[in-house]
Amino acid sequence: MEFSEYIKTANVEDVVLRQPLHPPGRGTLCITGHHLLFSDREEGSCRQVLLLLRNIDAIEKSVENLLTCYGLFSNAGLSQRLSGSSGTITIKCKDLRVLQLDIPGMEECLNIARSIETLSCLDSMSELYPFFYRPSNASLRDQWGLSSLERHYSQMKELHDRWRLSTVNRDFSVCPSYPQAVIVPKSTDDDMLEKVAKFRQGGRFPVLCYYHKKNGMVIMRSSQPLTGANRKRCREDEQLLQAVIDGSDKGYIIDTRSSQQALQARMTGGGLESKSCYSSWKRLQRQMERGKALQESLIKLVEACGDDSNNMDRWLSKLENSKWLSHVQTALSTAGLLAECVERDGHSVLVHGSEGTDSTLLISTLAQLIMDPSCRTLEGFLTLLEREWVQAGHPFQQRCAHSAHSHARLQQESPVFLLLLDCVWQLWGQFPLALGFSEALLLRLATEAYASDYGTFLGNNQQERCALGVKENTHCLFQALLRPRERDCYSNPLYEHTELAIWPSVHPQSLQLWRGFFLRWTPQIHHLEEAQEEIRNMVIEWGKLALSSCPAST
Amino acid sequence: MEHIRLPKVDNVRLLDRISPRRNRVGTLYLTATHTIFVENEAGVRNETWVLHSLVCSLEKQAATASGSSLLIHCKNFQVLNFVIPRERECHDVHLSLQRLSQPERPDELYCFSYKPNIDAEERRPEWDFLDLRADYRRMGLPNSLWKLSSVNQHYKLSDTYPADLFVPESATPLVIVGSSKFRSRGRFPTLSYYSKENHAAICRSSQPLSGFSARCLEDEQMLEAILRSNPHSDFMYVVDTRPKLNAIANRAAGKGYENEDNYSNIKFQFIGIENIHVMRNSQQKMMEVCELRSPSMSDFLEGLESSGWLKHIKAVLDAGIFIAVAEEGVSVLVHCSDGWDRTAQVCSVACVLLDPHYRTLRGFMVLIEKDWISFGHKFSHRCNHLQGDPKEVSPVIDQFLECVWQLMEQFPCAFEFNARFLITIHSHIYSCQYGNFIGNNQRERTELGLREKTHSLWSYLWMNRADYINPLYRPDHSQTQGLLRPSTAPYCFKFWRALYNRFDRGMHPRQSVEDYLSAIQEETQQLKEQLASHKQKIAQLEQAQEWSVPQKAVPFDKSPTGWTFCNDLANTPQDYTGGFFTSSPCQPRAPITLQTEESNKTSKSILSNGSDQESGIADVSCRSPLSEDSTRDPDSDEATYSAS
Repeated sequence: MEFSEYIKTANVEDVVLRQPLHPPGRGTLCITGHHLLFSDREEGSCRQVLLLLRNIDAIEKSVENLLTCYGLFSNAGLSQRLSGSSGTITIKCKDLRVLQLDIPGMEECLNIARSIETLSCLDSMSELYPFFYRPSNASLRDQWGLSSLERHYSQMKELHDRWRLSTVNRDFSVCPSYPQAVIVPKSTDDDMLEKVAKFRQGGRFPVLCYYHKKNGMVIMRSSQPLTGANRKRCREDEQLLQAVIDGSDKGYIIDTRSSQQALQARMTGGGLESKSCYSSWKRLQRQMERGKALQESLIKLVEACGDDSNNMDRWLSKLENSKWLSHVQTALSTAGLLAECVERDGHSVLVHGSEGTDSTLLISTLAQLIMDPSCRTLEGFLTLLEREWVQAGHPFQQRCAHSAHSHARLQQESPVFLLLLDCVWQLWGQFPLALGFSEALLLRLATEAYASDYGTFLGNNQQERCALGVKENTHCLFQALLRPRERDCYSNPLYEHTELAIWPSVHPQSLQLWRGFFLRWTPQIHHLEEAQEEIRNMVIEWGKLALSSCPAST
Repeated sequence: MEHIRLPKVDNVRLLDRISPRRNRVGTLYLTATHTIFVENEAGVRNETWVLHSLVCSLEKQAATASGSSLLIHCKNFQVLNFVIPRERECHDVHLSLQRLSQPERPDELYCFSYKPNIDAEERRPEWDFLDLRADYRRMGLPNSLWKLSSVNQHYKLSDTYPADLFVPESATPLVIVGSSKFRSRGRFPTLSYYSKENHAAICRSSQPLSGFSARCLEDEQMLEAILRSNPHSDFMYVVDTRPKLNAIANRAAGKGYENEDNYSNIKFQFIGIENIHVMRNSQQKMMEVCELRSPSMSDFLEGLESSGWLKHIKAVLDAGIFIAVAEEGVSVLVHCSDGWDRTAQVCSVACVLLDPHYRTLRGFMVLIEKDWISFGHKFSHRCNHLQGDPKEVSPVIDQFLECVWQLMEQFPCAFEFNARFLITIHSHIYSCQYGNFIGNNQRERTELGLREKTHSLWSYLWMNRADYINPLYRPDHSQTQGLLRPSTAPYCFKFWRALYNRFDRGMHPRQSVEDYLSAIQEETQQLKEQLASHKQKIAQLEQAQEWSVPQKAVPFDKSPTGWTFCNDLANTPQDYTGGFFTSSPCQPRAPITLQTEESNKTSKSILSNGSDQESGIADVSCRSPLSEDSTRDPDSDEATYSAS
């Protein structure tokens, strides 16, 4: 790849960098194809800041021409005059950090700004950094990913009676956003699946996503049925769903749209499962915000957090107005409802909205965390994310193209994954001992989804990743997070396994702003991090003593 | 008891605010000191105790077919809704409680009947536990700059001030008396805190009686003397904690604020903290929001905003920070109108920020004793201990406790005590179980003979301090050192769920990091001791050259002892459905998790009380609850803390 054409000025000396939590530093700025590198040249310090250009959401530049001062010296040459000018670039990152660079020289400043603008949103995926990242401690031949549906199926012996692994999608022709293998009822053959796929938006026919061992009930997910205005039916779709509840009296369909939205979808070819055709299924409409509205909510919240008017009324009204916490509440309570249907009420549930790639995944993931202790360990959680988000086809590339600071016109951006992480953080706050991972993991994932050294979140689905050769040419984030040093940092020292379901409280009083993420770059967070450090040390000390006091048993 | 019209009512329902599934049926008993609800369920003895002195308001609602409803709001934010089958009974219970919860004479207060059979001699160590003079000695007083003055012996100069007061060495009795005559209620400028490192002092007073133009030479001399007691500074701050408009309005009544022109080298500053009436209404509004049945996120946030509560908390904390920062070199005189509400808040918040000692368990108790109790915060009026003027009631001390809680949230390692400590203090300020918060000032307390006839909360808290220790506190942690510099950006303030929604157990985290860490800490300590003693034994053995007997350690169970994990977790699904399941044709089968909860209840309530129902009443009034455990329902999650 030739990036050099985008880089007019690669190095600038004497740049001042201002960033949160650090005193300003003076040093050299360097732009490469993927990074912004700043090295502090101040006496006695050798700080380096390496920023992935992909992490930059928006930049603002202002140049100050000091010609007026220099106008007095009429004999001063042009180059000298330009060097008397200077510029400031404000960099707003997708991880919500805001940096400022004071650059001597207007031309240099404009060149740097132009390079950042171009290189931070390269369109071609194969030019992205993960394809160039070659850490010394890992090899491209290392295992990629944690699990696969094939492995998942073979491990779940309980499934084998009634469920089978289908490879009808092996060449992604039936459903471009599904993985090659999916789990479906044993009684449905691949021909049926192909017909059902034609009846569901984007070919996302109902597949199994969770099997509740305690009572054999399942969670299925799909996209909306394409009934359209003339209320088309699809026998195979009806049969497939009948096969799911086989034997039990009924199942629930949780539709993440309001009834009105669902009815309106008929006009554009979508629709819902009618009572008459799916008589043993009871539909529950639970409206969840999606798409643009969610992105705007994030933008408003981040804007509120950056407001420094120091006015309490204004803060609370902006917080309310952003509706972010309302979305957290809705997501958790819909997931709670889903888990309640399965665990308490003992029925199988089909979840879908319209496309089945966003809110559907959000609530099915949360419900699994609530019910299934095996998803709550560090590995378990990452495996869950891999299965339910990466392999299940959440379009990361589109959803995470920009974050809250971008001025670009919104296209497909939507912080659904961030909303998931926020909800998981709420669970973590209410059950601080039940989850095996730390807040640091959630923060890391929130950053990596938007800009990463790793290939894990590249592309929108498995088909795109296969075409790009992601597995062969990039490193896997999930594997990296499980290396011993990372594991120490990302595991929860207080974790204790519990078999019980963890039902979150969804009262407004119980839900909180995720300060660790939204206020991550304020100095107050430091004291909370110290407390986490203290907790870790206490547990370590206790563990060491416990070990040393029973040498006989070890 | 002559006020109890009906000692017992059967078939009373206790309604659950959140979920009708959890309504309970039982018997209601009225005793001299408590209302007790005993659930009738076979094999279950589940009790809810409510102290009469904690009852804040009673509302009898119109009778319906199922009975008459009685709504009880408590000062510790518990809300109980009873439905009593017959209107007549409800009426009697209502009238009885109305009388019982509003004592007319001080001697009817609960503290005089709580554990009464102990003579004054035995009570003395309880009351001697805290000594304010020792705290002043800790500050380095008296010294060459400040002296202990006897001007207010027998409360002659100011009947709302304590007898012992520190004044500048150079202040003569004449100056003090003159200054006192120029201040509301005679509350002249006197020392509240002194920093021995930089000689700066925090002084407090009431407003000057300056009207539009009055001056008082002695008062000016008094401020001059305070200024001169700080040799390193050539000016001092005078901080009026009221909004400027309020202070100006006071001038018309012959009161007001200091004129910078009349006092030499003062910098005058207004800090707009609102008055007690605004604060009372604000808390009331917030509590209405907390009690909404199932509010949406927007309802809650809008309500919280319009209550203005967090704005007021921020104002108090901002004022405290202003003073604490100034105090790093410059002396400050703080006042409001009478100098017993906002002044107490601001001085004590500043002390917490400034001095790590006040962030310890004992130091915090001393601070409340000093800035609130001794300087005459009107607890009886503000907390409505006796039937009185509702306009005098105000949650001024609640705001102080909340400011400290907000600080604890920002600096989790800086405080030796935990939030439970603050909440326990809060409930006992209102419970009247201990003598500490009875009366409006020292003079009244001496007259009531509280030291001879009641118990002290401080020694109770100290004896039970294991419950109140913050496991993250380390005296040598960086957060523990020196001045705390909190942020007061609006987003740093949180809603204090653990206090205001304390009794809504479904809202709280189901597992406590703190309890877990405390258990670990205790065990770590034990292990260290074990290890040390083993090492010692090994050394002894080595000396005796008896190598043949190796030491064997006790097998170790790798879970903190006494920590009830499963109980904490056994929660039930919240109401995610909006009533869907209850109306659904297919009623849910008895759910697994719910059963776990029921069985917990059973086992715990069996533990909680051995006496039978009939003898319960007689038994109950003398079996006075030892702690506030009594006021909470025994199956609440908090109960598991005390069990562990």
